[in-house]
Amino acid sequence: MPRIAVFISQRLVKAVFVVLAIAVFNFFLVHAAPGDPAAVMAGEAGAADAKFVEQLRQQFGLDRPLYEQLGTYMGKVVQADLGYSYRQQRPVFDLLMDRLPVTLSLTLTSFVLALIGGVALGTLAAMRAGTWSDTAITVVGLTAYATPIFWIGLMLILLFSVNLGWLPAFGTESIGAGYTGWAALMDRVEHLVLPVVTLGLFYMAVYTRLTRASILEVRDMDFVKTARAKGLPEWRIVSVHILRNAILPVITVAGFQAGHLIGGSILIETVFALPGIGRLAFEAVLQRDYQVLLGIFLLTSVVVVIFNLLTDLIYSLVDPRIEVAP
Amino acid sequence: MSNRLRYIRQSLTAAALAAALATPALLSAPSVAVAQERGGTMNIIVQPEPPLLVLGLNQQGPTQTVAGKIYQGLLTYDFNLKPQPELAESWEVSPDGKVYTFKLVKNAKWHDGKPFTAADVVFSTSKMLMETHPRARAVFAKCEKIEALDDYTVRFTLKEPFGPFLQSFEVSSAPIMPKHIYDGSDYKANPANATPIGTGPFKFKEWVKGSYIHLVRNDEYWKAGKPYLDDIYFRVIPDAASRSVAVEQGTVQQTQFNDIETFDVPRLKQLPNVEMTTKGYEFFAPLSWIEINTRNKPLDDKRFRQAMMHAIDRKFIRDKIWFGLGRPATGPVNSVTRFYEPGVKKYDFDPKKAEALLEEAGYKKGSDGTRAKVKLLVMPYGETWTRLGEYIKQAMKRVGVDVTLETTDSAGWVNRVSNWDYDLTFNFVYQYGDPALGVSRTYVSDNIRKGVMFSNTMGYANPEVDRLFAQAAQTNKDEERQQLYSAAQKILVEDVPVAWLLEMEFPTFVDKRFKNAITTAIGVNESYDSVYMVKK
Repeated sequence: MPRIAVFISQRLVKAVFVVLAIAVFNFFLVHAAPGDPAAVMAGEAGAADAKFVEQLRQQFGLDRPLYEQLGTYMGKVVQADLGYSYRQQRPVFDLLMDRLPVTLSLTLTSFVLALIGGVALGTLAAMRAGTWSDTAITVVGLTAYATPIFWIGLMLILLFSVNLGWLPAFGTESIGAGYTGWAALMDRVEHLVLPVVTLGLFYMAVYTRLTRASILEVRDMDFVKTARAKGLPEWRIVSVHILRNAILPVITVAGFQAGHLIGGSILIETVFALPGIGRLAFEAVLQRDYQVLLGIFLLTSVVVVIFNLLTDLIYSLVDPRIEVAP
Repeated sequence: MSNRLRYIRQSLTAAALAAALATPALLSAPSVAVAQERGGTMNIIVQPEPPLLVLGLNQQGPTQTVAGKIYQGLLTYDFNLKPQPELAESWEVSPDGKVYTFKLVKNAKWHDGKPFTAADVVFSTSKMLMETHPRARAVFAKCEKIEALDDYTVRFTLKEPFGPFLQSFEVSSAPIMPKHIYDGSDYKANPANATPIGTGPFKFKEWVKGSYIHLVRNDEYWKAGKPYLDDIYFRVIPDAASRSVAVEQGTVQQTQFNDIETFDVPRLKQLPNVEMTTKGYEFFAPLSWIEINTRNKPLDDKRFRQAMMHAIDRKFIRDKIWFGLGRPATGPVNSVTRFYEPGVKKYDFDPKKAEALLEEAGYKKGSDGTRAKVKLLVMPYGETWTRLGEYIKQAMKRVGVDVTLETTDSAGWVNRVSNWDYDLTFNFVYQYGDPALGVSRTYVSDNIRKGVMFSNTMGYANPEVDRLFAQAAQTNKDEERQQLYSAAQKILVEDVPVAWLLEMEFPTFVDKRFKNAITTAIGVNESYDSVYMVKK
């Protein structure tokens, strides 16, 4: 078997145990929070009697001892069954699939835009370090990074939606407009602009700063001088010699972030009223909807494990000096 | 402007609004000329998103507002809480107050085409709601017999007279559920729960979770020519700042209850496209208070609790924290509801008196100026309550009581309060049109039940109060009930089992083009069959 296949299969076997351990840990974590879904629903109803709470606990299976609940849960996990949300009256898998398209269209788009934009801006700033364009990029990056993301979101809504009226402020589509085909697609794209820009600005700031710092370290090294001495064109020096050596930290962070894309963004989804996974998770915490929360945790941990593996593989592609070793 | 002047001005505005609402056609002059024509789409905020829309199974606030358009009750109530016909066109009460006979409308149909009959009413009140609806369970458990005399007549026979029986039939208290769908099934697991079937003017069309709920006009509605609107969209907008923007932009045409944070209300009131009213909450008549765990020292001392009432400036709370919404509460009954007693002990804002009471109770100032320490568990229901917590801390500090603020989320709050694990917390509770339905539950000692929220979690027990409330519920003579409730209110105000804060008002913002939205004491939970849109 080729070395890489051994590496991947061994990592996958380890991953299964890691994910199962995470599932057990998550189970105890969510049950450690005070209160339970029955208490939440009693609070929301504004009136309750003992029977009401008791019925709910029975329905949710919360009247069983904790180890029994854990057993039931793990039994389902190994069969890849994410359970059932009694509060929402739907299987958790269906709930996640409903929300996934919205979340991915938001997080993936802003991730890709931020990665491209961040590396480009960071390179530009580093190659012109000390000039006004470097200062401008650094200041903008620092501001975007330091400003609370929901505040930027609200300000963009105020400017582009309330004052200028160019872009819609909330949701994923114009409700009740009855668009079809191209018009429906453009409508959805319009709704995505503000949230994607808000989230993307934040990510972009991270990549810009990272790329800039990393390039500054590399750009005066001997092999760069050599490349310059042999008369290579500047774009080739930057893209092949400098960037390829400077990009590793960016890949590390990007790989880490890519694993979390599926978790969505609670703040962005809340401010822009997008029905994504971040909000689903946040509401599940408040409502103590254990099954939904555990489902999201599990899905996220699987994706993180996969992306860690991918990141390791990409390392060896970008920098052949790094070898995959089981 | 002095506080008093502002108060007068606001009272005048409120009076003008009330007068205008009493005659909806006069609310804005052009609407008189415009016929109530069909058409129009209304976007209403719903927040938080309800878990399901079957009102018989879930009675959360947002569920009521949405499902109130789909399901109906036998009665509804005018602003003075007088019963009005809905699915029941008339009713009779026997002189001994034990037999209630309702005549039902004859042409109502369920959304799936099946006729609505007395069997549905009997099934709902005697079987389904008894299983699934805590408030209905408490009321209909008092019935000896519920029977259909014919297809359109239902008779309730009570074991003994129950004063507020006629107040228990609006859509959220006793929603009439379809027998042909639910009888014999496991109610909570019924697959039909995803597509609610009611008798109301609007039918369920679609629910995109996390985004919106779409209701459409019921063309077969039993009131001829109604409803007027074609569609209602309930839109989920989880962020309070974004909700305010949605009103400003005109994306939504109505908000209710806590949708708009109080500090945004003055700004939105200035908008030219919407109108604000505080009418339409008379049935709920919420009252807010500081809930006091009377088991804990020093809160077990009546004088300490009375000192709290004097130390807190409730007019300040109303003006500066609720931005003018509500009225300082005088006791356990909201003044817009039935059997309110104005002649109770008054607690004016008077820190000196508060300190005198604390001295008398033996809480002397220590070397650091502190008399006592208590903890306040801040209710996790939004920014306004956090601000209230900060004010209470300041106000109590002034009389030498050190208040530590504790924070939690809603599950933790319910868990701790219902299990008596708190010193002080906030709470607000609906009164449901009658003291026997919404007031006595907080103060009677047989409702001290650990683990149950909105019970007597303070642990307050007074045999005389128990007796008065029990006796008042068992008669349907209003004068007699008034006397008993007045006596109970006087004792409670003296004992201060909770420190009442405000008779709360909620702002309802409605787009000016939409008429007839708020016409009864259940306000936004009404069926909206007479709401129409004026087209410009």
